[in-house]
Amino acid sequence: MSLRRLGSFVVAAGILIILVAIWLVWHPAIAPTAESAAIPSDRTQIARGADLATIGNCSDCHTAAGRPPYAGGRAIPTPFGTIYASNLTPDRETGIGAWSEEAFRRAMHQGVDREGRNLYPAFPYDHFTFVTDEDVRSIYAFLMSRPAVANRIPANELDFPFNIRPIVAGWKLLFLRQTPLQPDPSKGEEWNRGRYLVEGLGHCGSCHTPRNVLGAEKKDNLYAGGVADGWNAPPLDASLVKAHQWSADQLAAYLSTGWHRQHGAAAGPMADVANNLGRVSPAEVHAIATYVASLSAGAKAVAPTLPAGGKVPAGQPAAVAALYDGACARCHNSRGDVGPSQALSLSLSTAVQGAGSANVVRTVMHGIQSYRTEGGPYMPGFDRMLSDAQIAALVQYVRARYSDQPQWTDVAAEIAKARQEGTQP
Amino acid sequence: MTLQFKPSRRDVFKGGGSLVVAFAFAPAALAQGAVQGAAQGPAAGAKPVALDQVDSFLSIDDKGQVTLYSGKVDLGTGIRIGLQQIVAEELDVPLASVTSVEGDTALTPDQGPTYGSQTIQNAGMQIRQAAATAKGALLAQAAQHLGVDKADLTVAAGVVTARSGGGRVTYAELIGGKMFSLNLDEAAVPKNPADYTIVGKATPRRDIPEKLTGRFTFMHDVRVPGMLHGSVIRPPTLGATLQSVDEASIKDIPGVVKVVHEGDFLGVVTETEWAAVRAAREIKATWSKTEPLPEQAKLWQHVRTTKVVKDDVTSNIGDSAAAMAVAGKQLKATYDFAIHTHGSIGPSCSVSEFKDGKLTNWSASQATHNLRKQLALMLSLPLEDVRCIYVDGAGCYGRNGHEDAAADSALLAQAVGKPVRVQWSRADEHGWDPKGPPTLIDLRANIDASGNVTAWESEFFIPQGAGGNVDLLTATLSGKPADNLLSPGGITNDSAIPYKFPNIKTVCHRLETTPLRPSWIRTPGRMQNTFANESFLDEIVAALGADPIAFRLKHIDPADSRGRALLERLKQVAAWETRTAPRKQGTGTTLKGRGVSYVKYELVRTYVGIVADVEVDSAMGDVRVKKVYVVHDCGQIINPSGVRAQIEGNVVQTVSRVMKEEVLFDRGMVTSLDWATYPILRFPELPELVIDLIDRPTEKPWGAGEPSAAVVPAAISNAIFDATGARLRSVPFKRDKVKAAMQLI
Amino acid sequence: MKVSLNVNGKSAELDVADPSTPLLYVLRNDLGLHGPRFGCGLGQCGACMVHVDGEPTFSCLLPVTAVADRKITTLEGLLVDGKPGKLQQAFIDEEAAQCGYCISGMVMQAQALLNRNAHPTDDEIRSHMAPNLCRCGTHVAIMRAIKRAAA
Repeated sequence: MSLRRLGSFVVAAGILIILVAIWLVWHPAIAPTAESAAIPSDRTQIARGADLATIGNCSDCHTAAGRPPYAGGRAIPTPFGTIYASNLTPDRETGIGAWSEEAFRRAMHQGVDREGRNLYPAFPYDHFTFVTDEDVRSIYAFLMSRPAVANRIPANELDFPFNIRPIVAGWKLLFLRQTPLQPDPSKGEEWNRGRYLVEGLGHCGSCHTPRNVLGAEKKDNLYAGGVADGWNAPPLDASLVKAHQWSADQLAAYLSTGWHRQHGAAAGPMADVANNLGRVSPAEVHAIATYVASLSAGAKAVAPTLPAGGKVPAGQPAAVAALYDGACARCHNSRGDVGPSQALSLSLSTAVQGAGSANVVRTVMHGIQSYRTEGGPYMPGFDRMLSDAQIAALVQYVRARYSDQPQWTDVAAEIAKARQEGTQP
Repeated sequence: MTLQFKPSRRDVFKGGGSLVVAFAFAPAALAQGAVQGAAQGPAAGAKPVALDQVDSFLSIDDKGQVTLYSGKVDLGTGIRIGLQQIVAEELDVPLASVTSVEGDTALTPDQGPTYGSQTIQNAGMQIRQAAATAKGALLAQAAQHLGVDKADLTVAAGVVTARSGGGRVTYAELIGGKMFSLNLDEAAVPKNPADYTIVGKATPRRDIPEKLTGRFTFMHDVRVPGMLHGSVIRPPTLGATLQSVDEASIKDIPGVVKVVHEGDFLGVVTETEWAAVRAAREIKATWSKTEPLPEQAKLWQHVRTTKVVKDDVTSNIGDSAAAMAVAGKQLKATYDFAIHTHGSIGPSCSVSEFKDGKLTNWSASQATHNLRKQLALMLSLPLEDVRCIYVDGAGCYGRNGHEDAAADSALLAQAVGKPVRVQWSRADEHGWDPKGPPTLIDLRANIDASGNVTAWESEFFIPQGAGGNVDLLTATLSGKPADNLLSPGGITNDSAIPYKFPNIKTVCHRLETTPLRPSWIRTPGRMQNTFANESFLDEIVAALGADPIAFRLKHIDPADSRGRALLERLKQVAAWETRTAPRKQGTGTTLKGRGVSYVKYELVRTYVGIVADVEVDSAMGDVRVKKVYVVHDCGQIINPSGVRAQIEGNVVQTVSRVMKEEVLFDRGMVTSLDWATYPILRFPELPELVIDLIDRPTEKPWGAGEPSAAVVPAAISNAIFDATGARLRSVPFKRDKVKAAMQLI
Repeated sequence: MKVSLNVNGKSAELDVADPSTPLLYVLRNDLGLHGPRFGCGLGQCGACMVHVDGEPTFSCLLPVTAVADRKITTLEGLLVDGKPGKLQQAFIDEEAAQCGYCISGMVMQAQALLNRNAHPTDDEIRSHMAPNLCRCGTHVAIMRAIKRAAA
């Protein structure tokens, strides 16, 4: 190849790359809807959309503490900086009131806002891309029926180079697959429904699948466990180690009440999920449970090796045992039966057996308070009652008493992180 | 610097030093008896407690201090100051000179349990009569003393003066140090309400400053010298039998004194309160397995198929069966109301002490005279060997666990021969206090072609029994004697309706059993029945395309001018807009509605009308009660601020019950054992309240502790209907029910 | 075991039989205070609330041996020269108690809010008071009282 021809090729290739890049990065704005445009009013469709948006946990991210639901503004911490969730109410200035259904669908499926800008994948369009047009329509109808709330969202605070939006196009090129899910005819209708909800709207993998350095879910390691708001999201696949295997019925009950007698309580971000699923049709929850239970079908149930009341922990100071007796045992008593607030024997706790202390530390510090209004498992947060040293000692005591695992090494670090995260609402 | 803290020894009752007590007891004994247990056994009859004696109710000491002995007790409702106002007004003494002794079986007359909104209207009138009798006697004595005609006398601040001038004498001089020795005079004429200066005036309660500064002594603060602590361990399922107890399982807990095991009663006595808590939660015991309860999901089917032991026909006008059979617009609906728990914020607590074989018990029981009989029966003691003393506890709202805790402490005190204080746990209270029974109600109506309601029929499926005594759990578990009664309260009340239709039949099917031990909870039966009646009436109104208030005005007794005035007033206060169909106002999925409801309590007393404004998120099924307007006519108002507080409490508590509350159970036992599993209203859910009191100083005073609760459920249901067109017929109105009802429209 | 506490600005030396004993029981039974009350023992109702270093805290769940030298304030500690403090007086003026069992916890929780936000909005009050339960339905009067103290 002559140098000249090589040069032409490079130029052509360069132009092509630029064109492709522009094609990838650039999206046209979609015209705002007319102010007088009719909003969808089909009550059945709106109610359907409400259920779907609830399954999608949309309000968890798009609601700031103490602010109206869906009005956005919640800070979402990511490894790349802080993203502020957008206002999903139909306010024309600060929300999505000027968005057409087409614009909304493009956002859900392609991660592009009405003005044509790429959206950061903290908004899980890698999952929402699987949501059918019909379901998107219902969610759109629901959101448009909400009270409009004027709430201008602060600009994201991302580190360079992530603050350059066009690079999201590259992320999409690598990680966004827009192929619709095909039903698996070898499985039942409920399983397929569950898969559609879990892989799509439910975006369970966002927390329960580990992520790569670019923040994308590792597709070769689906549901092997991930991280959410500092909490460990346990694996949902066969690597899950539990005292009792999950059945679909148990999981459905857990998902809609936040609690199951053999498994315990949904805490942290999962409590918000359970609160949401408690609001939707039991059939949908059961479908989700059926699919999720199938993911861990091969997991071995490891019956607890310890009695429900735990063992006498070696090497634990009496003062820490007293701390436990005074602060914890009212619910987690030595008899090991279900105590007040639906407290289970900690021998059954996945978190207490786990490799890291993140969840135990956060549960002790922040408690479980998401169900307070509606009813469900409860635990007060001890972050202001106890010092870091007391919390650390208590956490290690629980580990020693209720598991055969070695003492954790990350406790001090997790306490420091949890203090920084602050008390959960 | 080290400061010695000492437990407060404040007296509970300030009634010490009065004449009667001075003679009957060492003054200190009464003043501090409740706290220190200074040991007067049951009174030896020095002070009368008979209902026909003035001395049973009142005494005046040589300083002119008046002591009111009341069989009714202040459960946090403010009736103490109300009764004191009545006494001060009637005797013409300063309010500050009146103090009360309440619910002490040795000192106070048995005026019946403090329930049913009866304190002011029944006990208050007995007390007024006693005071009027006493005043008559005092004036007669003064006339003699001053040598003037009785008609010439006036009284102010306990000083009797002759109008004609010259003489004056104080009550203290006349009676101080002596008994009245008078029968209650039914003919004594009470004061003319036109002359009232104390009754009818908003008057602050004296306990509130004490409660706000930590100076008040609640039942839970009562300490007796030598007192031990006890707690109880209940069976894991109802009816389970205790097979074995492993006493060694609590040997490491410091201060365990004794494990008391009798039949299926299991308790521990310890030196400290905390040891009692720990022992109860750590002790290992083996119980049999039982499954006595129906599946909760099939509760209403269970209620409907429970054996009926009798039918109480509470109204029967015309021939409703024939009228229902005529072709017309037939309406039918079934209403139900979940099982509720009292949910006192302070779990029940009691102290018992035996001395010389005689039992003294301190509790927050609303019925110490009845409790006395029950304890005597349980422990096979002569009645005169039992004295029960009331001390203010956490609000009970009916027969909660106070009496059971009293029996627990009595049994444990007997077992260890020392005074024992029993403090129930939260789970004891939520699990074992008697419950408001499940209520199922069928209603039918027929409307003729001209839009007249020709027939109204209703059937209430409710347990048999009435008020009175609820069996003591302790007696049942330990196998000791009990009355063996089912006592859900007067729950047939308000099953009949205050509206005139030509053919009406209302029947209460009294069921042989109900799943959980029943008792009365604020507005028992009246709340459930009024919910069904007033909601079903709204269904009729909607079917007719009528206005809900206009329809009520048209159908209440034309002679009932107070009912009419109340409804007219409600229209004004709530700025009612006439409507004839659900308005479904609002934008998007946020719908606003308002509903009305009305009651003439038990058809014979307090009138209440209420309007509730709700906001429904029709997509999510969320309902918020935003604002509630209450118009209330309880006749002569004794203390307007007390009445207001009662109405506020009624409305807020009932909003909680209607929107949120439901006792949960599995086949063996209640599973809603704390506030996490039995959530009640919290501040963010609080509605705004507008209260309008109609005062009728010349009418009889009626109760205010319950009636305004009766109207809350239907007003909310009717408001949801106005907002959405969906009808909520099942309490609580939780989201899933709202969503289901909305799908049926 | 010996425990020393700082309660309402005074120090107290105590002998506690069981080191797991929660602060509530020591305040009530050893120090004879009637402000903090036992309601649930689970941190669900707020009847036991006291301030620990100024923070509203469920004293029913805090072992006394874990308190160390932190400053404890109870309802009694809000008195000024033996007279009701401003918030207490507002509750008295509004008659914001029925049975009054919850009221000590209500005052302690509300005081913590006023300490850092002297003029809270209605919504801020409601949201801050969410941990505290009242069964009598005194909420309306309690709201009035807090607003009165914040006025």
